[in-house]
Amino acid sequence: MQKKMDFIKKHKSFTVFAILAIALALVAIFADKIAPYDPYEAILTDALQAPSSTHWFGTDKLGRDLFSRVIFGSRISLSSALILVACIFVVGSVFGILAGYFGGWVDAVIMRIADMMISFPGMVLAIAIAGILGASITNAVIAITAVSWTKYARLARSLVLKIKNCDYIAAARVTGSTTSHILSVYLFPNVMPTLLVTAFTDIGSMMLELAGLSFLGFGAQAPQAEWGLMLSEGRSYMMAAPWMMLYPGLAILVTVVIFNLLGDSLRDVLDPRD
Amino acid sequence: MSPENKKKKAGFAGKTAAGTEKTNRKLEPILEARHVTKQFPASGGRTLKACNDINLTVYRGRTLGIVGESGCGKSTFVKMIVQMFQPTEGEILFDGKDITKLKGEELRQSRRKIQMVFQDPAAAFSPKMKIIDIITEPLMNFKLIKRSEREAKAKELLRMVELPEDFVYRYPHNMSGGQRQRVGIARALALEPEIIVCDEATSALDVSVQDRIIELLVKLQKEKGISFVFICHDMALVQSFAHQVAVMYLGNIVEVLPGNQVGSNAQHPYTQAMLGAIFSTHMDFDKKIESIESEAPSPVDAPPGCPFQNRCDRCREICRREKPVLKEIEEGHQVACHLF
Repeated sequence: MQKKMDFIKKHKSFTVFAILAIALALVAIFADKIAPYDPYEAILTDALQAPSSTHWFGTDKLGRDLFSRVIFGSRISLSSALILVACIFVVGSVFGILAGYFGGWVDAVIMRIADMMISFPGMVLAIAIAGILGASITNAVIAITAVSWTKYARLARSLVLKIKNCDYIAAARVTGSTTSHILSVYLFPNVMPTLLVTAFTDIGSMMLELAGLSFLGFGAQAPQAEWGLMLSEGRSYMMAAPWMMLYPGLAILVTVVIFNLLGDSLRDVLDPRD
Repeated sequence: MSPENKKKKAGFAGKTAAGTEKTNRKLEPILEARHVTKQFPASGGRTLKACNDINLTVYRGRTLGIVGESGCGKSTFVKMIVQMFQPTEGEILFDGKDITKLKGEELRQSRRKIQMVFQDPAAAFSPKMKIIDIITEPLMNFKLIKRSEREAKAKELLRMVELPEDFVYRYPHNMSGGQRQRVGIARALALEPEIIVCDEATSALDVSVQDRIIELLVKLQKEKGISFVFICHDMALVQSFAHQVAVMYLGNIVEVLPGNQVGSNAQHPYTQAMLGAIFSTHMDFDKKIESIESEAPSPVDAPPGCPFQNRCDRCREICRREKPVLKEIEEGHQVACHLF
């Protein structure tokens, strides 16, 4: 308990943003308890109502309660963004560590594929992949993973190259460590903090990319409550009912900011030299 | 070099071992390098000869010092001993078995007997590992101890290198250079090896700390009968405790002599020039400090003849044509020079 208190005192900003992130997760988990209305129930007589005490964020063109939809939207947006980042993180760092440590043809093959991916504009390629696979939130995750893993692979590879020739890796080999032991005990933990910080700061931008794909019609499909899709739906009513864009937009903004700052403060926590 | 020459040289190595056996107490060769050559590819399709036909013997319980300028190939040589590199040619016999061609699990098992202490104690440990993890890792790698025995074993190793036992849960970056180097020695000792290779293990340390580390090494050698291969560029330091000193120049061994004769009986012009460049507090500063003129030539595309020819003040015609081979001039003393 004392240890925990010391940790909290030492890393105040991390604690604050971690609590906020957990709060967001709780909102997503208990969406059905928090939301006052059914997010999918259309009551056409209530369409396009401005925010009031009965509908806090107003209603959309089908008369659905926007507050409930924003709350429910956190489920899809948060979980898909987290799954997406986890996919990119795992795929990218595994390929990057292998490329960096083994070098030779392994490195050449992996990095040339990565070069190919980078030579396309990311969003366009993601649209193309999502278009081929068909529009759904799962396929949007797959499409963005295929485009974005290269960043992590490059980062992991360069970090591995930096420490691969360190004396302590040589020492590990001389003292009889197996290759898998070196990869898991030496390379992985040394590469991890930087990658983890990058991953956390990326949660925000990945959420934006997903929202972007949904906005363009390649991600979540109506009537799903997803923030990007809600923005898209609100676009044509921007003048008449600006709240339809304002609140999903704010939700994205708040989430992105929280995860970015969480990533930043995580970097300070993971630096072992303090 | 002709095959006859090679045979002759192997013969010399054998005779040296046998010869000193009579005078000293029984000397048993434990590691023998035979005609070890290491080439690296250099730019433009050329090759860099880091080690050129090296023949050296390490005896059980004895210290072999290797001295030479930076870039002369001494690190490359010991890295072949600990099997971080494979020699291009030649063999390294440990207990009569060639260890250079081992692979996979066999290679890993063979590492138990030959350990290494690294030059820079700041870079030799993973910054994420505690002392206990560092010094018991070799034992865990070979499953020699159980997880529960780690702490006791780590403390025992720390006692051996004269560090306080409560260091076990520290990180290396909270320790001084000398303390870290002791941890490095503890790690090398963990597997109870027969040979410990020290690659400039003291050059990153303060002079006062250097002495204490050397004292520790000598003590450990007496207690456990470990052989040391000690790389150093400090002639004065290495001759103080090495039984045998090999002088390397541009990838070649130019002289091998007993440690206690380095000051009095060094013959090769390069060894003498190195001795002339030693600073000490007792030296006469009115005398000219002898230093070697010019830089060592590049080991890429070395010229024919003696490697030291362009810096030697006693260079003759033959030195430019023919490369001198190591010759025994007295017991335990070999020189590669046309003057002898």
